[in-house]
This record gives sequence, C-alpha cells and structure tokens, in this order.
Amino acid sequence: MSTNRTLSFPATTRARVAANRQTWTDWLVTGSTVVLAVLWAIPIVWAAIVSLRPPGDSLGRGDVWFGSHLTLESYQRATALAPFFPRWNAYSADEFAERVGMGQGGFAALAVVVLVAIAALIAFAARRWDWRPRSTVILLVIVAFGAALVLLNTYGAFTTSYYSNTLQFVFLTVFVQLVTVTLAGFAFAHFDFVGRRLLFTIILLQMMIPTAVLLVPNFVTIREFSTEMLLIPRSIYYREFSLYDTPLAMAMPYFGSAMGTFLMRQAFLGVPRDLVDAGVVDGCRWYHLLRHVYLPPSWPSLIAWGLVSTSFHWNELLWPLVITSDRARPLTMGLLRFTQLTDIGAQWSLVMAATMIIVLPLLLAFLIFQRQFISSFLHSGLK
Amino acid sequence: MTTNTLNNAQSTWARLRPRLKPLPYLLLLRTLYFVFLFTILPTFKVLRDSQIYFHPNRPNRVMETNLQLPGIVAEPRSIRGPHEVGLAYFRAMFDANSEIGQQFRQVMGNTLVYVVATVPISMLLAFVFATLVNRKIRGIGWARVAFFYPTMLPMVSAATIWLFFFTPEYGLLNSALRFFGYSGPENWIINPRLALWALVIVAIWKNAGYFMIFYLAGLQNLPEDVYEAASLDGASWWVKMFRITLPLLRRTTLFVSVIAVIGAFQTIDHALVMTDELVTGEADLLLYEIYQQRFLLQNYGLANALTVVMIVILLGLTLANFFLSERGDDVD
Repeated sequence: MSTNRTLSFPATTRARVAANRQTWTDWLVTGSTVVLAVLWAIPIVWAAIVSLRPPGDSLGRGDVWFGSHLTLESYQRATALAPFFPRWNAYSADEFAERVGMGQGGFAALAVVVLVAIAALIAFAARRWDWRPRSTVILLVIVAFGAALVLLNTYGAFTTSYYSNTLQFVFLTVFVQLVTVTLAGFAFAHFDFVGRRLLFTIILLQMMIPTAVLLVPNFVTIREFSTEMLLIPRSIYYREFSLYDTPLAMAMPYFGSAMGTFLMRQAFLGVPRDLVDAGVVDGCRWYHLLRHVYLPPSWPSLIAWGLVSTSFHWNELLWPLVITSDRARPLTMGLLRFTQLTDIGAQWSLVMAATMIIVLPLLLAFLIFQRQFISSFLHSGLK
Repeated sequence: MTTNTLNNAQSTWARLRPRLKPLPYLLLLRTLYFVFLFTILPTFKVLRDSQIYFHPNRPNRVMETNLQLPGIVAEPRSIRGPHEVGLAYFRAMFDANSEIGQQFRQVMGNTLVYVVATVPISMLLAFVFATLVNRKIRGIGWARVAFFYPTMLPMVSAATIWLFFFTPEYGLLNSALRFFGYSGPENWIINPRLALWALVIVAIWKNAGYFMIFYLAGLQNLPEDVYEAASLDGASWWVKMFRITLPLLRRTTLFVSVIAVIGAFQTIDHALVMTDELVTGEADLLLYEIYQQRFLLQNYGLANALTVVMIVILLGLTLANFFLSERGDDVD
C-alpha cells in the first residue's frame, strides 16, 4: 500500500519530506535563538532579581538568585548611602542672591530680562514659523525644564545629586547639539560657498579623532575656561569661576558634533531640489526654507540623533570622571564610586540596586519604544 | 595685459562673490568653534606637550625621581615647571630596554589582543544574531530586545554585573564552567592571564547586539529575486550564505568593522571597574594607560605622547578604511 502511494505520488512525498526537514531546521533555529537570547538576558535578569534581595543577605554557592524574600530595602539603603536623587535646599532670598553672585535687585532684573527675552523669542518663532500649538508647548516644557534645572542647580537650589547632574549634562548636550547640527547640516546641504569641502573635512576630522581620546588636552582647556575667557566683566559677575566640575564642562566638548552634522546633511540632501527652488521662487528666507521645506521630511533623522545622543551621554563615564570631582558627578560615576565605596563581595544586592537605579530610565524607555530606539541606532551608526 | 589681468581679477571676484555671502559661515560658526576648540586645537596641543616634561609637583611621591629618559641628561637639581625633552618620550616608548618602552610594549600588546579578539567575535555573533532574528514569527521581537538591550546599558553597569559573573566561589560563569566539567574556581579579575579576557567577554556581550542591527538592516535590504534564482538552481543554504549573502553584505561588514575598531579603542569604562587596582599592567589598554599616566601618575608628557600614538593609529585606520571603501565603489 505504502509503496503504491509512493509510486503514485512521488512529488507530494518529496515535498512532505522537505517540509518535515524544514520544520526540523526551523525548530533548531528557534531553539538556538531562545538559548542565545536567554544567555544574553541573564545578566540584567540576575541584576534585577538580586537587587530585590534584603541588603545584608550575602550570596553563596548555589544561592545566587532569590533571597529569603523580595524587598525594596536595598534600594532604600543605596539611596541613603549615595546621593542619587536631589533634595531641595531651603534658602532665603538674600542667601540665594549671594549664591548667584550679584545683588538681589540685579539678579531679579536679569531674571526678568532673560524670561521676557525667551518668551518673546518663542512667541516670535511660533508666529513666524507657524508652529502648531502642541509641539510648541512640548518644546516649551522641555526647554523650561532643562533651563530651570541648570539654573537652579547652578545656584544651589537643591542638593547635588547624580540624577540631576546626568539630566543637566544630557539636556545641555542634546539641546545644543540639535541646534548646531541642524544649522550646520543645513549650511552644508543648501548653500554653495567658498571652502565648503574644506570646512566639511575639518568637521569630519572629529569623527576620526573621537573626543574621548583627547581627554588630556581637553581637560586643560576646560580648566582654563573661566570668567575671563568668556569676556564677562567683573562688574556684572564678580565670582571667579572655572568650568571644572560643572555639567557645562561635561557637555561642552560635544556641542559641535561631526556625526550629527553629517547625518543632518544627508537627510537634507534627500529633500528634492525642486521643492527648495519652488520655496525660493515664493520668496522664502533661509529660515522659512529650513522650517517648511527641509525640516518636515527630516524629523526622523533629528529625533534619531537626539535619542542616540541621549543614550550615549547618559552612559558616558570617562570624560565625566576626568572633568568632575565632587559636585557634578553623573550617574555612571556615582555607580563607580559606589562600587568602590561598598565591599562588593558582601553587598551584591546593594550594588545591584544602585545599578538598577541608574539603568532603569533608559531601559524602560527602550522597552516601551523598542522600534524607535533600534531604528535610531541604525540610522546614526554612532554609539 | 594689465587690463586683462584686472578683468580676470574682476571676473574672479564676480564669480566668487555670491559664494562668499556670510550667512552659511555664520550658521557653521558654532559647530566650527567647538570642533576647533575641542578637536583641532587639542590635537596640536598634544603634539606640542608630548615634548615636555612636567615635574609631578608634589612632595613625598614615589614618582619624584629624576628624568629617566634616553638621551636626556638627568640633572641633579629638582626640575620644576615645564622642561623641554624633545622626542625623548617617543624614543623611550620604542626603546625596549627602558621602563617606559616595556610598559608601552605591554600596553600595545594588550590593546592589539583586545581589539583583535573583540571585533571579529562580536561581529560574527552579530551576524549570527541577525540571521536568527530575521524571521517573521511570533515573539521574535523579544529576541531582538534580548540581544540589543546591552547597548542601552552604561558600560559601568555592565561591568559591575559581570563582576559578579567572574567572582571566584559562586560566580555564575565559574558555576557554568564547573557544570561543564572545568573545575577550579578561577578569579578572572585578579588573574593576570584572564583579566584581559574578562574585558573582552564584557565588550563582546555589550556590542554584539548593537552590530546586529546593522546586519539586520542589511539582510532586510537584500534583493529577493537573487535568492529565488538560487533556489531554482538548487543552491543549498550554505551556498546561498557564502556566495550571495556575505558578498552582498560586504559594505555592511566594512562599516561595522570600522565602528567596532574605533569603539574598541575608545571604550575603557569596564576596565575602570574591573581591573582598577587589581591588576598591575597586565590588562591595561591604551586609553586606560593614557588616563592612568595623566591623572593618577601625573606623567603629563608621557600621557600626551601616548595620545599622539593613539591619534596616529585612529587616523591610519580611518584612512585605510577610506581607501578600502573607495575601491570599486562609487563615491557619494
């Protein structure tokens, strides 16, 4: 019977055999995927589980996963041991003005002027560039949050903490980068000017010599970058300052970014020339062109750059280690000090709690916006 | 003749004038300023300061010895402030008999081993991961997340977690090795022969997922019809892989190898956690040595000289890549 069938339906049988082999290899591939994925996931899973052990619970042979019970005590102990989160400092107005480094009236006047200028700028931009209210509000909130953070921290409104330092560092870097990168990419993509190729090559040099490598001379540059170099007269700002050990010092070397410039130039070059010409004929100024012709199709690139830059600077260690000593320590350096502070061998749950505190924001964001993160990293090709 | 030249000059000026409007320069000014301040200027500063000896200006330091550089006469008086030594640091680095030379040799050897071990293995793993997750089945997104998430972790956290895996008695890695019959609890971090490999393992774990996404994108952009034609010709999976997929992914491989090598040179965060204070020199990478010489040992000139070496290596690699990628491909 079976031979008969084989003879009468050879093709089907072969197809079935092939299909069987297909499923067999499929299972093998799936199995190895699962095994490798589990292997790769073990470290973070282990860290998450151990961080939930009670703090005094030491690990031993065969007892490296769950402790006696699950608890958040390790997190409490870790936050008590090291300043991960900021707390408010209570100051009187006089003390605050003293910290700011000018008289109370002067500071108030300056604050008013700055606020009015920012409001006017944003109102002007919103009217001129025809922003939809929602994006304007989002932008306003982000800018206001970052600026408030930087200002309040500069004048000691809250205790210095790893989180506030990292947030300031990342905010400063990414915000300035987005502006510089957009303008530079636009200049290279839109205009034809003398020395374009030369200037582009000079900027690309930064890609070949990464900033991390130049930490020795950059340290000196930052140390010497002070009130005098910024040409601020003593009558306005009498306190001596150096940028050393401030969030600005951490951010400054990254303000000009070759990779981002390159990325935005590529994005802008993808905009059809006819569209630009039509805009020119209609009498667009350069900022109209940038806002209404170049930027709309390039938002994904810009957002990708923002995401990658954020995660890169959030995770950075070496440059902050060099340029900060105490006040401006970011999260990564906090963890480094934490591991040196505690006797790791006995306190794994504490150290892992600290690790999770540092890792969680980015990791959660990544888990929620997986697709955006992965495509962003793919876009930029920069770590 | 004169009028001709004048006309020429005028026409040149007329030609250049629209291309000399200030606006693009103004738009570029910010970027150029910071690139100049933190990349161009420091590069020259490094070249200059690599020829200077600074006395570590502190009493009671072990380092407070006279200059021991080949070709420099040690002076009996104590040297304070900058002291011109010319190319003595470079001579010392390439002189196998001097202490600096031996250190330099060791560091370069470590760096070479590190790069040569990290880059190909993580790229191979990245390619394997990409082929594994490049399927449309349920739950494959989770596999991608599992492979990619180390990219989102700071290197410090990764190193801290892995520190446990390398722990002698109960560390997971040693437990796993014991399970497979490899006995003897090894302390990876303190053991001079294993510390460098511990760094390599962490780097591979961290980077494989990041390189995976480039291969994944490459795989998804491959033309379908080539594979259909190959299937019709009866090509096996291996033939398709080695004759079609890998050649078509040549550019991706080149690109990934470049970012992998440059990344390997400039990432030492895990070394700061794992080999700090525990190993003396056996696992020092080049950038770590620069950091150490400048900020821990106060050897200002030597740190600058090492930075020069680093810059030369990176520039050489970039140029090599440039010429490799130019060959046979269209520009722009």
